[in-house]
Amino acid sequence: MFDVFSNFTTGIIPMEGYIIVSLIMFFAGVYGFLSRKSLLMILISIELILNAADINFVVFNRYLYPGQLEGFFFALFTIAISACETAVAIAIVINIYRNLNNVEVDSLNELQEPSLESEKK
Amino acid sequence: MEYTLLILILPLLSFTVLGLVDSKWKPQVAGTIGTAVLATVAILAYYTAYVYFTTANISGEYQKIIAFQTEWVRFTEHLHIDLGILLDPISVMMLVVISTVSLMVHIYSLSYMHGEKGFERYYAFLSLFTFSMLGLVVATNIFQMYIFWELVGVSSYLLIGFYYTKPEAVAASKKAFIVTRFADLGFLIGILILSFYTKTFDFGILTSGQESVFAGATGISFLGFSVLSWATALIFIGGAGKSAMFPLHIWLPDAMEGPTPVSALIHAATMVVAGVYLVARLFPVYYFYTPEVLHGIAYVGAFTALFAAVIACVQTDIKRVLAFSTISQIAFMMVGLGVSGMGGHHGLGYMASLFHLFTHAMFKALLFLGAGSVIHAVHSNEMSKMGGLRKYMPVTHITFLIACLAIAGIPPFSGFFSKDEILTAAFEFNPILGATMSFIAGLTAFYMFRLYYGIFWGKEHKHHHTPHESPFAMKLPLLFLALVTIFAGFIPFGEFVTNDGALYEIHLDWTIAGISVAVAVISILLATIMYRKESKIPEKLEVSFAGLHKSASKRFYIDEVYQFITKKIIFKNISTPIAWFDRHVIDATMDGFAKVTQWSSARLKGLQTGDVQDYAYTILLGALIIAGLVIFI
Repeated sequence: MFDVFSNFTTGIIPMEGYIIVSLIMFFAGVYGFLSRKSLLMILISIELILNAADINFVVFNRYLYPGQLEGFFFALFTIAISACETAVAIAIVINIYRNLNNVEVDSLNELQEPSLESEKK
Repeated sequence: MEYTLLILILPLLSFTVLGLVDSKWKPQVAGTIGTAVLATVAILAYYTAYVYFTTANISGEYQKIIAFQTEWVRFTEHLHIDLGILLDPISVMMLVVISTVSLMVHIYSLSYMHGEKGFERYYAFLSLFTFSMLGLVVATNIFQMYIFWELVGVSSYLLIGFYYTKPEAVAASKKAFIVTRFADLGFLIGILILSFYTKTFDFGILTSGQESVFAGATGISFLGFSVLSWATALIFIGGAGKSAMFPLHIWLPDAMEGPTPVSALIHAATMVVAGVYLVARLFPVYYFYTPEVLHGIAYVGAFTALFAAVIACVQTDIKRVLAFSTISQIAFMMVGLGVSGMGGHHGLGYMASLFHLFTHAMFKALLFLGAGSVIHAVHSNEMSKMGGLRKYMPVTHITFLIACLAIAGIPPFSGFFSKDEILTAAFEFNPILGATMSFIAGLTAFYMFRLYYGIFWGKEHKHHHTPHESPFAMKLPLLFLALVTIFAGFIPFGEFVTNDGALYEIHLDWTIAGISVAVAVISILLATIMYRKESKIPEKLEVSFAGLHKSASKRFYIDEVYQFITKKIIFKNISTPIAWFDRHVIDATMDGFAKVTQWSSARLKGLQTGDVQDYAYTILLGALIIAGLVIFI
């Protein structure tokens, strides 16, 4: 812990700093994913999670394996993937909107089997 | 003599083909096929009999020939169930009887059953029955006999219930099946006990008379009787069920609901004598090891004969009269076996019994077919709807009269010879038994002539249309069987069938023959006085013996006793608690399993909300827990 603070004082941003940021981003994403009801917000949360992962790739490459490039390339690769994923997801969201007239995640329960109790009624 | 296998295979094939084709062919085609197959079988059977009786007699004794044998199920080294064909005098004699009567019934049915719904089915079942019955008589071992025994039971069930839209027929078929099935339970247990101690099913070994076979069973007793006695008595119960001995006779009168030719074939000539055949087959076992059971058979037979004859005197349904007469005559055969000794003159009862089986099959089939012809003409079973038919149906009348004379025991008709031998044997065994049997023979003559006069003489009933003689296909069997009935008595039966295989020459004992003829003639005269013309005597007798008459016409309330025992005692005190246990304990346990499963699934289902965020939350929690475990442990 003391290392972290001592590193701050030297003016070089230590690796832990990046990781803390990415951790915050990741859990912010997770929280958003679990708590938001709008599909668009959930999508944004997923982007946040992915970006947190990207930061980790880059940071680990930069600090732990300075002479290599795999982490950077993987980060680029992930950005491309997430762009595609977003395109697909947006398409799905638009289709959902066309069918249900809203993008609330709660209204997506059509696949669920009707419960036995409601059957009895 | 492997061609004897064809005798079994042909009817089975015919059953399969007719049963599968059912109504796709024209009825007449099915009838012709069935009859043609049976004709072939009959010719084969006659040929077999000819070959057997001319070649198998080596040095004065008939040898047992095993024409075919194959092992079917092997339990142990010695205990295995075989399927095979055993030819000896009685099985060959039975082959002839069965194929003859069956052929006659097939021909007769072509006309009698003409236009009935299910004509093809009828012929298929007839073939099945013929197959099973032939298989029964040629059985080489007691287990094969049991298998075919059940098969004849099934075919009898199917044929009694042929008119399955009639509730009485359905009830009768059920009754016949259940009663005989209960008796067969005794048979099965008997077989198991016997084979447990003797380690064999084979008739050849069982009846060989070797002491060593039964060595395992000597000295073991149960409730005061040796196990061997139990075994043979239980086997006899099976025979008593099929042969309608008291008190297991109740199914036979009801079985008359089936078509009349079926009654002639199954319930008069062949299947009902299976019990007699069974006892005859195991005769050495009964005679040498359990003579007390054999004597018991004689007394059961004597009682049944009397009982059935008394009932037959007051029945008004002509088929019922014949049914009770059949019971009585089979009981005669049982008495013949029961009083018989072994070999030579002592074996007279055995010979007489099988002789009576032979002649009875012919004349009783004739009587039933004649009754069928009458029913065909007047469309009723009730004697009151008949009367004066002799003018309209001369052939039926004459053949029926011949059969009546034969069963009454008037020489020279066949029944006289065979019945007389039984009476002789009974007198030699025990004069009181002999006298009783003579009295029953008198009763037989009386009720048969009551029936005869009731149908063909007496007051003429007003018919809707004039009764007509039956067509040729029905007359032919009547005439053929009448011929056999006239001449069969002169067959030197002792030269063919005796219980030690040696030849025996029948001598008529003229004292006993004279007495029985006199008794028969007096009974016939009595019947003539009472029933030939309208007279007041029967009514007066009815009034003065009101109690006896009523109970006899109600068949001595045996059916009611059965009803009482089954409904009031067994159903109420045993079946109902068992049903309760089944419903409330066994079913409830199963229901409990189902309910627990359903309940827990309903609860678990709550997790499957269909909400993606819930799932994600669960996944996250799971991931955190796993991460925690990895880090801290």
